[in-house]
Amino acid sequence: MTRDSLITSENDVDIGLEFEGLDDEVDTFQEEHERERHRGKRRDGERTKKKKRGNGERRKRASRGGQEEEKLQARHEKKGRRKRSRSDQQAKGREGDEAEQPKIKSSKAAKTRKNVKNEKTRKVEKEEKDEKEDEAEDEERNVKRKKKHGSAKKEENVEDGNKHTVKKKKRKKVIETSSEKETSEEEDNEEEDSEEKEVRPETLTPEELETLKEAVDERKKLIQGLRGKPWAMKKKLVTLRESQEFVEKYEGALGKGKGRKLYAYKVMMTKKWMKFKRDFENFKTACIPWEMKIKEIESHFGSSVASYFIFLRWMYGINMILFCLTFGLVMVPEALMGRPYGTIPRKTVPRAEAPSAMDFAVLWDFGGYAQYSVLFYGYYNNQRAIGWLKFRMPLSYFLVGVGTVAYSYMVVIRTMARNANESGVGDDNSFNFSWKMFTSWDYLIGNPETADNKFASITTSFKEAILEEQESRKDDNIHLTRFLRVLANFLVLCCLAGSGYLIYFVVRRSQKFALDGLENHTWWERNEVNMVMSLLGMFCPMLFDVISALENYHPRVALQWQLGRIFALFLGNLYTFIIALMDEINLKREEEKIVKFNITTWEASLYNITASENSTAPPVTIQPADVPRGPCWETMVGQEFVRLIISDTMTTYITLLIGDFLRAVLVRFLNYCWCWDLEAGFPSYSEFDVSGNVLGLIFNQGMIWMGAFYAPCLPALNLLRLHVSMYLQCWAVMCCNVPQERVFKASGSNNFYMAMLLVILFLSTLPAIYTIVTIPPSFDCGPFSGKKRMFDVIQETLESDFPAWFSKVFSYASNPGLVLPFILLMALAIYYLQSTSKSYKEANVELKKKLQTQNEENKKKNKLAALKAQMDLEEARKAASPSAEHQKNNNASTDQEADEEEDRGRSPRMYNSKNGRSPPPPRHDGHLTATRAPAPRNYQHGSQVSAGYLPGFTLENEARMHRVPSLQRHGGSEKTKQHVTQD
Amino acid sequence: MGNKQTIFTAQQLDAYQDCTYFTRKEILRLFDRYRDLAPQLVPLDYTCQPDVKLPYELIGSMPELKDNPFRQRIAEVFSEDGEGNMTLEDFLDMFSVLSEMAPRDLKAYYAFKIYDFNNDDFLCKSDLEKTLNKLTRNELTEDEVRMVCEKVIDEADLDNDGRLSLEDFQHMIVRAPDFLSTFHIRI
Repeated sequence: MTRDSLITSENDVDIGLEFEGLDDEVDTFQEEHERERHRGKRRDGERTKKKKRGNGERRKRASRGGQEEEKLQARHEKKGRRKRSRSDQQAKGREGDEAEQPKIKSSKAAKTRKNVKNEKTRKVEKEEKDEKEDEAEDEERNVKRKKKHGSAKKEENVEDGNKHTVKKKKRKKVIETSSEKETSEEEDNEEEDSEEKEVRPETLTPEELETLKEAVDERKKLIQGLRGKPWAMKKKLVTLRESQEFVEKYEGALGKGKGRKLYAYKVMMTKKWMKFKRDFENFKTACIPWEMKIKEIESHFGSSVASYFIFLRWMYGINMILFCLTFGLVMVPEALMGRPYGTIPRKTVPRAEAPSAMDFAVLWDFGGYAQYSVLFYGYYNNQRAIGWLKFRMPLSYFLVGVGTVAYSYMVVIRTMARNANESGVGDDNSFNFSWKMFTSWDYLIGNPETADNKFASITTSFKEAILEEQESRKDDNIHLTRFLRVLANFLVLCCLAGSGYLIYFVVRRSQKFALDGLENHTWWERNEVNMVMSLLGMFCPMLFDVISALENYHPRVALQWQLGRIFALFLGNLYTFIIALMDEINLKREEEKIVKFNITTWEASLYNITASENSTAPPVTIQPADVPRGPCWETMVGQEFVRLIISDTMTTYITLLIGDFLRAVLVRFLNYCWCWDLEAGFPSYSEFDVSGNVLGLIFNQGMIWMGAFYAPCLPALNLLRLHVSMYLQCWAVMCCNVPQERVFKASGSNNFYMAMLLVILFLSTLPAIYTIVTIPPSFDCGPFSGKKRMFDVIQETLESDFPAWFSKVFSYASNPGLVLPFILLMALAIYYLQSTSKSYKEANVELKKKLQTQNEENKKKNKLAALKAQMDLEEARKAASPSAEHQKNNNASTDQEADEEEDRGRSPRMYNSKNGRSPPPPRHDGHLTATRAPAPRNYQHGSQVSAGYLPGFTLENEARMHRVPSLQRHGGSEKTKQHVTQD
Repeated sequence: MGNKQTIFTAQQLDAYQDCTYFTRKEILRLFDRYRDLAPQLVPLDYTCQPDVKLPYELIGSMPELKDNPFRQRIAEVFSEDGEGNMTLEDFLDMFSVLSEMAPRDLKAYYAFKIYDFNNDDFLCKSDLEKTLNKLTRNELTEDEVRMVCEKVIDEADLDNDGRLSLEDFQHMIVRAPDFLSTFHIRI
C-alpha cells in the first residue's frame, strides 16, 4: 500500500465525514436490501457470501470483533480500530484485491467516522457505549452507504494529480493532529477540543473551510433528498434534525471566515428562496382546479374514469387559452374601440328583421341582435386601424385565427410526446405475468363495487393469459369467427353509410327550407340537421356495441374497434356536414353576386334621384338598416357551428339527466315494488361511458377549431360548456353511475385519445384553411371585406406598416425560387430525422436482443456459480465443524451477549462469535502467520506515517504491539473464511 | 390558521414536508384523516409528540385501504412495530410513498416489501402464491396458481435462484407501464 492511499483513507475517516447524499437511490435501496439480506443470512448462520461488499463489511466487523476480545479500554479501542483497519487494508492490498479497495475504505471510513462521532457527541465508557451502540448503528449505516461514493470520489481525486494529494496531505496533517490529540488525551479534553474546532473556524485552513463547505452542501443535499429515502419516518426526522443542526452550526461558523457577509447573505437568500419555493409549490397545488373532485372520483371509480375528467380539465385549460386569445385580441378591441353598433350597415340589424330581432326564439338561434354583434365574423369592420391605439383589427383577427390553430397543434403534439416518453419504457410481453401480478391491482380503488369488478377482471385476465399460454394459437372455430367479424364490419359500414346519407339528405332539405325562408317551417324542420346528428351520435354507438358482440374480440381490442367506429361515425357526420355547408356557401356566394349587382344599380338609382332632384341639397342620409346587403356566408358558417355546439351540449346534458339520473332514480325507487331486481337485473344503473364521453369531447373540440375563425365567440361558449360539464358530470358520476365492469387502465389509452385529438385537429383545420385560402371574403361584412383573399391582410400590413425594404425582402423570400428549395430542404430534414429515428429503433431492438441473450447467459452462469458455491460450502462445512465445536467451548462466556446481538442482526460484535466459528485463534495461529508474513511491516509503515506527525506516539505504539498477534490471527481467520466461500 | 398552527409547530410541519412528498395543507389533511379514525385516541396537539398508535383494525378500515387486498401488508410494512399499528409518522410515511410524487424506485422498494409476505427479502413461491390468491380471491385452481407463479419466476428471475430478489423485482417493475399509475393512493 502506498503512502498516498493511506493518507486519503485517513482523510476520509476524519474530514470527509459528512459526505452524504451523493449516491443515487437505486444504489441506496439495493444496498440497504443487501445489508438486510446479509443480516438474515447471519441470523441463519450461513457462511456463504455472494457479494464482495458483504466481504468487506464482514472483514471490518471481524476486525472489531477480534479487538473486542482483547478487552481494551475504550479510548484505546478507537485508536486500535483505526490502526487495525489500516493494516487490514494493507493486508488486502497485498492480496492484490484491488477492486475491493474503495469498498473497504468506505466501510473502514464509516466505522471510524462512527468513532469520531462518538468522540464528539458523548463521553463513553465502554459499557455505556454498548448500550448506545444500536442508536449509532443506524447512522453508521447511512453514512457507510454514502461513504462508499464519497470515498470513491476521493480516490479519484488523488489519482487525478499531485496537487490534490498535497492538499490532502496538509489537510490530513491538521486532522491527524486534532484527532490523535483527542484520542491520547482525556475525554473531557476531547470534548473541548472539538468544541473549540466548532467555535473558532477562522483557525482552519482555507482547504478545511472548503471541505466544510462541501460537507454542508452535502448535508443540504441530503435534506433535499431525504423524502426519497426508504427509511422509517423516525429515522428521517432524526437525520433531518441532525443535518439541519450541522448545517446551522457550520454555516454560522463558515460565516466567520473571509467574505462572511457575502456568505451569510447567500445563505439567507437561499433560505428565503427555499421558503418561497415551498410556498409557491403549495400555492400551485392549491391552484389546480377540481383536484379534490377528481381525486374523489378516482378513488371510487379507478383511474380510467378519472382519466376522462383529467382530460376534460386539460381541454378546459386549452380552451381557456384560446378564449383569452380571441376575447382579448379580437372581441374586446372591436367592442371597445371599433365603431359602435348601428353606425354602419354591417353593424345594424336590417329593417326587415328588426321587429323580431329581440325575440327569444331568434336569439336562441343566434339570429337578430346576436347575429349582428361582436360574436360573429360579419360584425367586424375592415377599418385598418381602430381606436387611439391604432389597433390593427383585421390583422389581429387573422393572426388570432392562425395562432389558435398553431397553439393547439403545439400543445397536442407536446403532450403526446410527453405521454409517449412516459409510457414508452415498457417492452411488450417479456414480463406479461409478472406485470399482471404486481401491477394489476389499482391501489386507488376505494369502493367495494369497483374492487369486486377489479377482482373479477384480474381473475379473467389471468385466466385468459393462462389459456393463451396453454394453447397458443389454437382456434378451432376460426372460420365462424372470421365470418362473424366480416359480417360485423359490413353491418357497421352499412350503418356508417346510412347515417352519412341521412345527414346529407337532411342538410340538402334544410337548404331548400332556407331558400324558402325559415319562417314557413316548423321548429323541427328548422333544427332537423342538428337533431339528426345528435340522435345519430346517440344511437349509433349503441348499435355498434351490439354488433361488436358478434366479433368476439379481446375486450381491449374490442374497445379500440369501438372507439375507431364511433370516431368514423362522428367523422363521417362531420364531413357530410361540412360538404353540405360548402354547398350552402356556394349558394350564398351566388346570391351575393346578385345582391352586389343589385346594390350597384340601387346606388346608381339613388344617385340619380338625388342628382335629379336637387344637386345642391345635402346627400340623402340613408339609415344603415335600410342598406341592402349581401348574405355574408362567413357569419352563416359561424352560426351553423354555434348552433351545432349548442344542440350538442343540450343533447349531452339531457341524455345525462334522462339516461343516467332518471334511470338511477327509477331503478332505485321502483325496485321496492317491481317483479324482478332492477338493480341487479335488466336496467340496472348506468356505467360511466369513458370512451363515448372522451370522443364527444374530442369532436366538440374539433368543431370549435373549425368554427372559431367565423365565430369568435365559440371558445367562450365551449369554456362555458366544459365548465358546466365538469360539475354536472362529476355530480352525475358520483350520484348515479356504477363503476365499469371492465375496469381498464387509463395509461394505455391516454395517447390513443391524444392521437384522435390530433387527427381531429388536422381534419378540422383543413376545411377552415380551405375556405380561408380559396374563397374570397364577402364584400360587405367582416374584417376582410373588400379584399380578394383573406390573407391579403398580411401583405397589406407588410406594405404599409413596415419599411419598404422589409416588404421587398419578404417578396423575395416568398418567391417560388426560394420557397421551393426551402420546402425541399424541410422534406430532406424530415426524411433524415425519420431515417435516424428508424435506425435508433433498430439499434434499440438489437440492444434488447443482446440484453436478452446476456440475461440468459447470466442466468446460466449464475446457476453454475450457485451450484459450485453450494458444493464448496458443503465441503467447508465438513472441514469447519470440528473447529466450530472447539470455539464453542472457548466462547461460552460471551455466548449470551452474542445471541443478543444476533437478534438485532447488525451489531458488529456478533462477528465475535461468528468469526470464532471459523478456525479459532490458538490453533491456527502458526499456520496463519506464515501465510501472512508481511503483516508486521504494515505496522511499521503505519507508525512511520503517524510518528512523523505526532509526538508521544510511543504509548500507542506499544498498544499496537500488543495487538499484533490478535490481528494476525484475525486476518487469518478471515482468510480461511474466504477459502470456505470463494474457492 | 391559528387553529391549525396549534396541532403542529412550524418546525414540525417543515420537517414533515422535508420528509414526505406532501405540502403543508396535505399534511394537515392527513392528520385530520388520521384523527378521524379515532378522535378519542388522537390528541389535537402534536407539538409535544405524544406517543399514539392506532391499531391495524382502524387503519385497515380506511376507505382508501379497506378494499385493498394487500392492506394488511401495507400497514405492516409501514408500521414501525411491523404489526400494522401506526403512529402518525408511519401514517404520513405510508401515504407519502403511495403518493403521486414519490419516485419509481422508492415505490418499487416498498412494493417489494409489501409483496414479500414472509419478510425474508425474497419473493419466493409462497409469496407469489399468496399475492395471486389475494388478487383473484382464490378463484384460480391450484394448477393455475402454480403455473402462473412458475411463469412469473421464469420471466423475472435473473439470477436463477428460484426466487425474486429486489434487483429482479426492480428490473421487472421499472419496465411495467402501469406501475406508477396503479401503485398510488390518493387521499
